Amino acid sequence: MMLSRTADHLFWMSRYLERAENLARLLDVSLSLALLPQAKGARAEMRAPLVITETLERFNQRYPAITPEALLQFMALDRENPASIICCLRHARENAHAVRGKITAEMWENINATWLEARQLEANGIGNVADFFDWVKARSHVFRGIAYGTILRGDAYSFIRLGTFIERADNTARLLDVKASLLTDATIEDKAQDYYAWAALLRALSAYEAYLEVYREGPAIESVAELLILSPRLPRSLCACLDAICKILDQIEGDNGRLAQRDAHKLLNTLKYTRAEEIIASGLHEYLSQCLAQINALGGTIDHAYLRVA
Amino acid sequence: MHQIDLPLSAGYDEMLDAAQSVRPHYREFFDWLNAQTPAMLAQRRREAELLFHRVGITFSVHGDESGNERLIPFDTIPRIIPAQEWAHLEAGLRQRTQALNMFLHDIYHDQNILKAKKIPAEQVLVNAQFQAAMCGINLPHQIYAHIAGIDVIRHSDGEYYVLEDNLRVPSGVSYMLENRKMMMRLFPELFGRHAVAPVEHYPSALLSTLRQSSLEDNPTVVVMTPGHFNSAYFEHAFLAQQMGVELVEGRDLFVKDLRVYMRTTAGPKQVDVIYRRLDDVFLDPLVLRADSMLGVPGLLAAYRAGGVVLANAIGTGVADDKSIYPYVPDMIRFYLDEEPLLRNVPTWQCRHQDELGHVLTHLDELVVKEVHGAGGYGMLIGPKASRAEIEEFRERLKANPANYIAQPTLSLSTCPTFVDEGIAPRHLDLRPFVLSGNTVRIVPGGLARVALQKGSLVVNSSQGGGTKDAWILEA
Repeated sequence: MMLSRTADHLFWMSRYLERAENLARLLDVSLSLALLPQAKGARAEMRAPLVITETLERFNQRYPAITPEALLQFMALDRENPASIICCLRHARENAHAVRGKITAEMWENINATWLEARQLEANGIGNVADFFDWVKARSHVFRGIAYGTILRGDAYSFIRLGTFIERADNTARLLDVKASLLTDATIEDKAQDYYAWAALLRALSAYEAYLEVYREGPAIESVAELLILSPRLPRSLCACLDAICKILDQIEGDNGRLAQRDAHKLLNTLKYTRAEEIIASGLHEYLSQCLAQINALGGTIDHAYLRVA
Repeated sequence: MHQIDLPLSAGYDEMLDAAQSVRPHYREFFDWLNAQTPAMLAQRRREAELLFHRVGITFSVHGDESGNERLIPFDTIPRIIPAQEWAHLEAGLRQRTQALNMFLHDIYHDQNILKAKKIPAEQVLVNAQFQAAMCGINLPHQIYAHIAGIDVIRHSDGEYYVLEDNLRVPSGVSYMLENRKMMMRLFPELFGRHAVAPVEHYPSALLSTLRQSSLEDNPTVVVMTPGHFNSAYFEHAFLAQQMGVELVEGRDLFVKDLRVYMRTTAGPKQVDVIYRRLDDVFLDPLVLRADSMLGVPGLLAAYRAGGVVLANAIGTGVADDKSIYPYVPDMIRFYLDEEPLLRNVPTWQCRHQDELGHVLTHLDELVVKEVHGAGGYGMLIGPKASRAEIEEFRERLKANPANYIAQPTLSLSTCPTFVDEGIAPRHLDLRPFVLSGNTVRIVPGGLARVALQKGSLVVNSSQGGGTKDAWILEA
């Protein structure tokens, strides 16, 4: 049992941190792909982060063209862009600040230090781009590790993890959807380009090594979809995220969350008993749109059940 | 050997006596200090600053538009107080707080002290801090100020004086605890060489006091904060965490059938004791300030009906008001039939015509304060003020004499302190915290506040003051 407002802050603290991490990974891949020689799909690759974060329109108002420099500036340290990494880190830190007594001192000091360092980067420039993305990812990893290693197992930990997995599920679904639609775009016919694009998608979800280990072949749409949507073993797959969400919801004290539990288990069961060829046959985009809608609805149900109790 | 600037002549220095010899209780520290290199000490000070930033022990300053969070400067030379001095201080604080609580109970009930004409009735009853709504309300154990912060200074005569009683929402205790933690981290060896009385149990003493303030067997206690934009938010969060209780804002609470509940993930949960860290006027928008979003509608009705305990009680401000301060020694005599152990600073009340006359002719020697002022704002320090400032204050005084009191300019004692030029004496005070439940609890220590400007007597952090760790040596 905890204050609803506290739960809300914990949930969004980890959601924003997860969002920053995902964004770093995506930008890292998109930008390096855009820099490949004769990258035909470069423009499309660079559009992806803007489409996924729903900031394409805002970007176009501020920049004449999608260049790697503009994209980096807009998505990394632009405070005018609410979806930028710096804004995510700021929101994460603000939420943590509001509940600093409910997380361990190590967790608070870590997230506060992340913010102080981010402000340094803001003042001095980010320097090497790859280093910057590594830094964002590392800060997120370290925070998660500290949470795992220090906080009492209870509702606070549950809401922290709930935020992480809802955001992660949302991100995986969006990313796969956008990239798949780029790839099925008729303008890209080059097999090599295809290969790079799928590999980039897998890398953006830290799933490339896993893919090679499981499939031992070049990426193809069906096996990529199977891994990222249906595999219970891949930590960023929809199925793995939903499995975690169900387990967390089952642990939270009280019975306010029955509806959220029902929705989560329903979605998990669909994922568990669906096969990849069915998804492809019915249309990957349609399938993912449905998943996204269900994940969003689940977020709403959780919000209603725990975070905004009257 | 470090260059230590000598104390100001005629002043009292905590480390050095009039002959410039080190006082016995500072001997050990002084020897240690001399064995350290300046480079090492400077490095430790930088470390401390870094750590305070990382831990986020910061406060926001009123009127600072940029919303930047600032550190309160921390000085690594402790204020050391020998055991027998502390024993005297502790007994005096206990006595004083007891009398103040009895006074509050009395004026909200029979008003015996007013009937006995020890204090002019109008000074209490028309005081803006007097809450008529508290009249006749019975509080558990008749405790009003569960948490008191009493500001004590040492004058050049070597005696301790009480400068001010803080009975509303005194703050600063988190700095007492964090400063100790920092000193132990930076200089662990010092604690092997001194028997410093521990302060770490303050949160548990606070929780016991708060639990005793309720008649429930197993009361639910919460800390109530105005929110994370408040300048003392760090302390609110810190105390809630250290006590293992919820930190709530007004919007987390609601009142139903004269009981207070908090909104939780498992539904409403009743709250029995609220350690509230916001002023009376913000508590209940239905009764007090309607425009305030910080409070809880209906809280006052629930409180008056005994449905919840507030710590501190509503209406304690009438006892720590500077116009009531001169009467505290009389309160001690009246309620306890004892002589005060701690001295009061002589105070002229400008509301009295003859005293006003004295004040107006001695403005260049006196400190003049607003009756309801706090934080070092709105005061005149005669000897440090320009002629124009004095004249301007004279007009304000004449226009509203009852709003002011005046005191002699005390020479607060000094303590060697790290400053840009090296180590130099700086004026300081001490705020120990007194907890009143079934028993009175005083953790041996307090917040030592130090004025970092040379010669300055204003120790408030809002005016650029710093803090030190305060060591009470065990006998």
